[in-house]
Amino acid sequence: MRVSLFIPCFVDQLTPQVGLATVKVLKKLGQEVEFIPTQTCCGQPSYNSGQWEIAKEGAIRTLEVFRDAEVVVGPSGSCVAMIKKFYPELLHGTKYEQEAKNLSQRTFEFSDFLVTKLKTIDIGASLNKKVTYHDGCHALRELRLKEEPRKLLRAVKGLELIETEESESCCGFGGLFSVKFPMISTAMVQVKASALSRTGADYIVSSDPSCLLQIGGWLSREGKVIRPLHIAELLAMGIDHV
Amino acid sequence: MSDSKSIFIKESTLTSADGDQRQFIRTALGGYYKNRDLYKAKYRDWELARDAASLAKWSAVNNLAEVLEKFVAKFESNGGKVHWARDAAEARQIILDLVAKANAKAVIKSKCMTTEEIHLNDALEKAGYGVVESDLGEFIQQLRGEAPYHFVFPCMHLKREAISELFTKHLGTAPTDSPEELTMIARRHLRKLYITADVGITGANFLVADTGQISITENEGNARLTAAMPRVHIALSGIEKVINSIDDLSVLLPMLATAGAGQPMTCYNTLYAGPKKPGERDGPEEFHLVLLDNARTQLLADPEQRDALHCIRCGACLNVCPIFKNIGGHAYGTTYQGPIGSVITPHLRGLKDWNHLSGASSLCGACTEACPVRIDLHHHLLQNRRNAAKVVPNLFDRVFHGGFNFVIKRPALFSFGGKVFRKTFGLLKHLPIPYLGTWLKSRDLPAIPAKSFREQWKDIKNV
Ligand code: SF4
Repeated sequence: MRVSLFIPCFVDQLTPQVGLATVKVLKKLGQEVEFIPTQTCCGQPSYNSGQWEIAKEGAIRTLEVFRDAEVVVGPSGSCVAMIKKFYPELLHGTKYEQEAKNLSQRTFEFSDFLVTKLKTIDIGASLNKKVTYHDGCHALRELRLKEEPRKLLRAVKGLELIETEESESCCGFGGLFSVKFPMISTAMVQVKASALSRTGADYIVSSDPSCLLQIGGWLSREGKVIRPLHIAELLAMGIDHV
Repeated sequence: MSDSKSIFIKESTLTSADGDQRQFIRTALGGYYKNRDLYKAKYRDWELARDAASLAKWSAVNNLAEVLEKFVAKFESNGGKVHWARDAAEARQIILDLVAKANAKAVIKSKCMTTEEIHLNDALEKAGYGVVESDLGEFIQQLRGEAPYHFVFPCMHLKREAISELFTKHLGTAPTDSPEELTMIARRHLRKLYITADVGITGANFLVADTGQISITENEGNARLTAAMPRVHIALSGIEKVINSIDDLSVLLPMLATAGAGQPMTCYNTLYAGPKKPGERDGPEEFHLVLLDNARTQLLADPEQRDALHCIRCGACLNVCPIFKNIGGHAYGTTYQGPIGSVITPHLRGLKDWNHLSGASSLCGACTEACPVRIDLHHHLLQNRRNAAKVVPNLFDRVFHGGFNFVIKRPALFSFGGKVFRKTFGLLKHLPIPYLGTWLKSRDLPAIPAKSFREQWKDIKNV
C-alpha cells in the first residue's frame, strides 16, 4: 500500500524520531511510504481554542495535502482524531463536507493501521524491557483504540506490559490547556506520571506523542528514571534488536 | 478578566497545589469506583441501559411543553398546586409567600440543588425564618456556612475529625471518630425539628407525567420525613426533570444509583402524589410544587446542547473528572460543579462570565463516557469555547491563532520558523515568552533535535 505520512507539526520540529520510527516500521512491513512536505499543522490548537474559522482553514489545507493519498497514517491519536472525527464536524454544511468524510475514512492512527488495516500484530520485534501503557484520551475515547496498541506490545518478544489503574486517566496535556491552566495541568501529570513511574517499568509507552511531551517533560523535571517512548519508537527498537 | 474567572484561577491554583487534599479526594472516591463497577457489571448491558435512559429523557425534553402540561394537570388532579417561576427571584418570592402564608416558624429542608441554585436559604434567613438542612452532608455544610463541595456528596472533602469538631462546637457533643456516632448525633438533633417544623422543602428527582407524582431518591430517609411531617410540603424542581411515564423510572432509578453512588438502588425511592386526602392520617395538608425555568428554556432552544437538560444530577461526571479531582468542588464557584457545571453554567449565568470553565478542561472525555444519559459533555465544552470566541472575543487569542495560521499556511515559513526556534531555544528558554515560559515553569521540553523530520526525510526517503 502507498502510505502517506501525517506527521504532527510538533513531532516534525521537536520529536522527529517518532516520525522516523514510524517510517521504519511501515517499511519493515513492506509499505511504500511517502511524505508530502506541504503539510504543517492540522489546526487542532485553533479548533480547541474555539477559533473554528481559523481551524477550518487548516482543515481545508490538510484536505488538499492528502487529496491524492491512498491511505494516511499518523503516529498520533490526537491529531488523527482531528482529521478522522472533527474535520467532518467542522466542515459540516460546507462544500468540503464530503471530502472531509472521505479523508476521515482513509486516515488511520499508527497502531490502528497496523492491526486493523494491515492485520499485523506480530511485526517480528523483540525487546527485553518492562513497559507500562498510557492511553491518550483522543485515541481511547474519540477513536476507541484500546486493544490495538496493546496487541502490538504483547506480540513483542521479551516485552513485559504492566497495566495500572491510571492507564486511562488523562495526562493533563490538552493542547493549549497545558499552558492556559498550567497549575491544573501539572497536578494532572503529577498524578498520572507518578502512578506510572511506580510500576518500575523502563518506559511509559503511548500512541500519542503530545501526551508523551507532557509526561516526559514532567518526568525529566522531576528527575524520574522512567522514560517516555512512542509505540512506533518501541517497535523500531524491537526490530533493531532482532 | 471577569471576577468569576480570576477567583477560579486563584482558587484552583491553591487547591491543585494541595497534594494531601487531592489524595484525600481520590481515596474517598476509591470505594465509589469499586462499587460502581461491581453494580454496573450486574446490568445485562450497561451501554443499552444508557441508551434507554437517554431516550427516556430525550423524549420528554424534546416534547417538554406537552409533557409538562400533562404532568401539571395530573399533579393538580392529585390535589397539589403548581407554581411557575421564570427565574430565581420569582421562585424565591413564591416560596417566601407560601412560607409566610403558612405562618411558619420553622422550616426543614431535604437535599435539593435547585434550592442552592436560587439561594433559597439566604432568602429565608433574611426574611427571618429558621431553616435547617436535614441531609447529613448538607447539614454539615450548613453548620460550616459553606456551599456543597459536590452536588451529590456535599461534604466529601471533610475528614471525620473536622466533622466531630464542628458538632462539638455547634451542638456541644463529645468528640468522636465513629461515623455511626456522628450520624446519630445529627439524627438526634434533627428528629426534633421534623416535629416542630411547619414547612418542609424538598427537591424532586423526577416529575412523572402519567401519574402526576414527584419521585425523590435518598439514602437517609430524611426527605420522607421532610415531606410527610410538616403541615406544608413545598417542592422545587427544574422543568427539565419531567419524564413521560412511571415506567421510565425502572431504568432511571437504578442508573441514577449506580452511576451516582455505586449502589444497586438508592435506599429510599419515594413517589409523592398530592397532600393528605380526607380520611388519610399522614401527609401534609398542602403540597406545592414550584417549577423553575431559570434559563432552561434557553438551553432548550439550543439544539446542539439541548441534551444537557437530560442531566439527572447523578454526579458521575464529577467523580471521574481529573479537573474536579485536582481542583475540588469549591474552586468552580458554581452551584453545579464538574463537567456538567462547566457545560451549563455559561447557559444559566452567562457565557461572558463563565466561559473560562469550558476552557479549563483537557477535553479528555471521561465525563461523556461516564454519563448514564449520554450527554455529550466534553464536546459541549468545545462548543462553548467556539461560542465564547464569537460572543466575547479575546484579542490575545485572535492574534495568537491568526499569527499561527499565517505561519502554518506557508510550509516554507513553518519550516524556517521551526528551525529558528530550535537553533535559538537555548536563549528563548530564559525569556518570558507566553505559553513557552509557562510550560517551562513545571516541565522540560525534550532534547531539541538539530534537524526536523522534514529535513531528515530528504535523507531517508530513498533508503
Ligand atoms: S451530566 Fe450525566 S454524569 Fe453528569 S451529573 Fe448529569 S447525568 Fe450525571
